[in-house]
Order: sequence, then structure tokens, then C-alpha cells
Amino acid sequence: MEQQMNSGNPRVDIKYRKRKNAEEMRYQVISFALMIFLTVIAFVAVGYDGFSSWFVVPFILLLAVIQVIFQLYYFMHMSHKGHELIAVFMFSGVVVAFVTVLAFLTIIWW
Amino acid sequence: MHAEEKFTPQTWPESPEKATLEGKNKFLGFWLFLGGETALFASLFATYLALKNKVPATGDHALSTEIFSIPLAFVATMLLLTSSLTSVYAMYHMKNYSFQKMQAWLLVTVLLGLAFLILEIYEFYHYVHEFGHTFTSSAFGSAFYTLVGTHGAHVAFGLCWITALMIRNAKRGLNLYNAPKFYVASLYWHFIDVVWVFIFTVVYLMGMVG
Repeated sequence: MEQQMNSGNPRVDIKYRKRKNAEEMRYQVISFALMIFLTVIAFVAVGYDGFSSWFVVPFILLLAVIQVIFQLYYFMHMSHKGHELIAVFMFSGVVVAFVTVLAFLTIIWW
Repeated sequence: MHAEEKFTPQTWPESPEKATLEGKNKFLGFWLFLGGETALFASLFATYLALKNKVPATGDHALSTEIFSIPLAFVATMLLLTSSLTSVYAMYHMKNYSFQKMQAWLLVTVLLGLAFLILEIYEFYHYVHEFGHTFTSSAFGSAFYTLVGTHGAHVAFGLCWITALMIRNAKRGLNLYNAPKFYVASLYWHFIDVVWVFIFTVVYLMGMVG
């Protein structure tokens, strides 16, 4: 608390903080627009008959991964400081997720 | 600084969700939980992918290319994605100490989530009655309803959670006791959207591709 109010003049702080929050919110809206855009592209790629499934499947998976990175790093603030241990938790989860899916798709049925 | 202390926009800390020890612990513990949820959903996705379109040889069983349709999956995706943005707006107002605006955006989030859930209930009803695609009709059916149903249960739980927070704190206003609660609930709501991004890609879009 003390170090967050260190200018000693709360009126300056609140103006600065409100502006900073508003700026961050603008980035959030931009990432939302990008997420909608990626979603639309994924649906169009599937709806359009001209693409082979060998192209469409990796392509929409890539779009999903990009979209999830936006969600985690911007909407869930993982880009902010103080999220180092949290990144360890999430990446551990992602590693387990990847290995589980890989195992189920390969050694279990083949 | 104790949790029930009254604040003004001037004295409200910059990161209210982490200003108390309890808030810090909630924040860390909740992310650990989300790491675990990632592993849970991964096992359901892996099961679904392994059992996708595995139907008994006898009888008429609909496959993924027949039952999924673009408009339904698209509308559901837009509803959930937009609700993720509205909960970002709620947290923006929380950081600016605007309690009423935060409550308003949380209400919008809940309404969008509710619309998503109603659409999903209609969708399951449609699959059961139009295609005979049920939980017990095939391994494909079991895996599909377990994965998408577990996500739907998370949405339902999230709706109850956010609604309970809104009602319980309606007269209290914002303080350092409830700020971490609102923050953590919004993280949960984003995580539901993270899972949905993979569901619409892996289940619906890849299902329609074949």
C-alpha cells in the first residue's frame, strides 16, 4: 500500500492510474477484436469447401492456440509482473495436456 | 490495512486483488487450480479424440460430420467470447473502484453466460431427438457429452458463483475482502472461455471437417 501511493499526492496518482487502466482496457478491446477475427477465419476455413482437411485441421488448431495465448496473457493478465509462478503452473498443465492427448492418439489405439 | 476498511477511489490500491495476504494466497491457489483444470480437460479431450466417431457396427448412428452445424457453434462461441470481454470490463471498473459499473458488467456477463447455457441445452436436446445421439448410444456419444457437458457444468457453476458474489456484496460495496473474490471469479470465467476455444475447434470445427 505505502509503495503504491509514494507520490504523496493521491490526486496525481488517481489521474495517472485511471489513464493507465484506460490504456490497458484499450489493449483488451484490441485483443478481443483480434480474437473475434481469428474465430471468424476458423469458421470460414471450415465452411469453405475448397480447402483439404490436411490444411484446415492444423490451421484452425494454430488459430485456437493463438487465441488462447491472447486470452491468458491479456484477459487473464499473465503478461503482468508477478505471474512467474503462475506461468509454471499453467505450463505444467499444458505439458500434461499435450502428453495426455498425444498418448491417447498414438500408443493407445495403434 | 484490514480487509473491511472503507476506501475512496484515491486510497484504493492499484492491485486490490493482491493487496492482502489472503488475496495473494487466493490468487496463487486459484491459478494452481486452473493448472489442474487444464490437466482434467486434457484427459477429456484425449478421450474424446480417441473415441470420436467410434459407433457400434449395428444400428443407425450419426457421425460428427452429420450432427454438428456451423451456425449453432458460431453463435455459442460469440456469446462466450463476448462474455469474456464483459468480465474484463468488470475488472477494469473494479480497479477504478466503480462498484456499480462493475456490478453492471458482471450482470451482462452472467446474462451472456446464461444465453450460452440455454443454447447448449437446446443443442443437446436437438442431438438426442433428431439424431438419437445420446450418452449411451455409442462411445462417441459418451465422450462427446462428457467433454462438452463438463464444460457446460463449469459454465453453470460460474454463473452461480458470480451471481452469488453480486448478491452477497450488493450492499457492502468494494473492499479488500471481496476484491480478490471478484478477481478470481473473473479468472475462472476466462478459463471457461479458454476451454471453449478448444472445444469449438477440436469438437465442432474438426468434427465438421471429418
